[in-house]
Amino acid sequence: MQHLQGIGVSAGIASSKAELIKPSLIEVEKKQVEDTAAEWQRVEAAKKTSIEQLEEIYQHTLNNIGKKEAEIFAAHLMIMQDEEFFGPIKQLIENNKCNAEWALKEVGERFIKMFADMDNLYMQERAADIKDVVQRLLRILSGTEKSKLGTEKSIIVAHDLTPSETARFNKKDVLGLIMEVGGKTSHSAIIARSLGIPAVVGVKGILEKINKNDELIIDGSKGEIYLNPDQVTLAKYQELKNDFLQEQEKYMKIKGSSAITKDGHKFELAGNIGLPSEVEMVLENEGEGIGLFRTEFLYMERNSFPTEEEQFKAYQLVAKKMQGKPVIIRTLDIGGDKDLSYFDFPEESNPFLGFRAIRLSLERTDLFKTQLRAILRASNYGHIKIMFPMISTVQELRGAKSFVNDAKEELQTEGIPFAEDIEIGMMMETPAAAVMSDEFAKLVDFFSIGTNDLIQYTIAVDRMNARVANLYSPFNPAVLRLIKEITENAHQEGIWVGICGEAARIPALIPYYVGLGVDELSMSAGSILESKWIIQQLDTSKLVNMMRDIENMDNTAEIKSFLEASLAKLS
Amino acid sequence: MKKVDIILNNEEGLHARPASIFSKKAGKFKSDIIVLKNDAEDKEYNPKSILSIMSMGAAMDDKITIIAEGEDEEDAVKALQALIESGFSLEEE
Repeated sequence: MQHLQGIGVSAGIASSKAELIKPSLIEVEKKQVEDTAAEWQRVEAAKKTSIEQLEEIYQHTLNNIGKKEAEIFAAHLMIMQDEEFFGPIKQLIENNKCNAEWALKEVGERFIKMFADMDNLYMQERAADIKDVVQRLLRILSGTEKSKLGTEKSIIVAHDLTPSETARFNKKDVLGLIMEVGGKTSHSAIIARSLGIPAVVGVKGILEKINKNDELIIDGSKGEIYLNPDQVTLAKYQELKNDFLQEQEKYMKIKGSSAITKDGHKFELAGNIGLPSEVEMVLENEGEGIGLFRTEFLYMERNSFPTEEEQFKAYQLVAKKMQGKPVIIRTLDIGGDKDLSYFDFPEESNPFLGFRAIRLSLERTDLFKTQLRAILRASNYGHIKIMFPMISTVQELRGAKSFVNDAKEELQTEGIPFAEDIEIGMMMETPAAAVMSDEFAKLVDFFSIGTNDLIQYTIAVDRMNARVANLYSPFNPAVLRLIKEITENAHQEGIWVGICGEAARIPALIPYYVGLGVDELSMSAGSILESKWIIQQLDTSKLVNMMRDIENMDNTAEIKSFLEASLAKLS
Repeated sequence: MKKVDIILNNEEGLHARPASIFSKKAGKFKSDIIVLKNDAEDKEYNPKSILSIMSMGAAMDDKITIIAEGEDEEDAVKALQALIESGFSLEEE
């Protein structure tokens, strides 16, 4: 058995044998032709056939997949009638007396290069559309039609697939999709999601490791692949698959409804993102906002700090995509376990207790100011809120807020617009902040509880240290008491409170948060519908007893099993 | 000759879908039409070609200039302007 990891782009689990699609590009040779008019006639004929094919694929996709997905073939049809594409082909044939295939390949490559060089990911991926169109024409010219895909039940493994190939998938037989390249926004990922086929992309080198008819397990939620799995793994995934399907059915039914309890209390469910491209997943899962936009990606995998303009563009993009729904941008949270190649972090014996997050921002004020200006500028294009990470003293918060005011004044002087009433909040992730939350509540517009750090600092446990990791638990009574205190102190001062750590999406804890009256839960997109379902099963008046019982418990394991049992009663 | 400047206001810019709607519309007119991006006059784009329009790489807030010359120049400019201003939400006929 071999385990491979990729990027999960379409949720679901499948196990079946592998069907390999190796790149089958048609080789083109340059040939001299005498009769250029006849050669051009061959192009015209191929064009006509491919228009007929594309019209059929368009209809098929429209009827079986969806309008958005079908539009890609409408675009291919337009290219087939594009004078900017066929004009140069005709010219090449006439001037060079070359064969149709060569002219087609030459012109195709020009456009492919042009799109591939554009500085926008979406446009770069459009190079695939040109390749697809060119390959279609070449196939018709050479008289080789591709065999049908997935006529037997299998998991398709390919280097890359053209939109036409993915659209020909038969959902009954294609049980899963694995590609060596691609990202969440690639066309095949979108089609796989709309067909409900589990898909994992970015699995480099899988074609070298696998043979046709090898057994595969694919987990499209986690991006995991098992090659020739053993019986134990197979059995485990069969069970996971059944659970997944049952859950899916349950959650599909509540699409379009709100996160409201039976007795009418509304909660906000938002998504956590680390990249602008993840917004789509949040919207697809009906997230009502971005509760945590991590900005570290802007600083990673590069050689220098990002400029104000670069940051502005990224924040603006997310704000616009969310169309007025709130977007909480967390200022740089670097240090600890996350460092940068171009910034010399001091050697620390306790990085998690060291120079990180807001502590760094308050010392490297040039970086902080740049980021704040970019966030403020973007606030003019949507509903943005600012959030500071790792605050442990009131002085830090006051300091951070004064930089926001400085940045606002600068922008005002420069005549650059921004949302003057932008909300400012802070992460609640240190015990010091939690204990002082009554004071902090007077100084900010909201709290967002970062459970990962709050648990680690409260219990004083390093979850990466296997010998003590068992102490780390979101069900720990001390942690739950702090969350309760933070929530009460926030509401006392009339501000709202959210939870954005991993514990926000733990099903058994959601009734507890609802019982406390936490206003917002922010989580990875894939957990939003499940959380919504749980909230809809709850009745806050009936949670009173449960909340009192938990208050009387002093044991993590006891609280966990009690909450899990309460949750089980819901379904 | 008719000329109009428009600021692109749809979130995705001239991606495949808007580009195909735009060139379909442009193809309905007899006039010669060219499109410029952000006043760069050395680079003319052909609105009747989806590839040319996509190759503009026009994003939200870019300035688009449409220049038409011919018998239906007035209608052409108006129709394309309306299309962009509607965020390409106009129903295709």
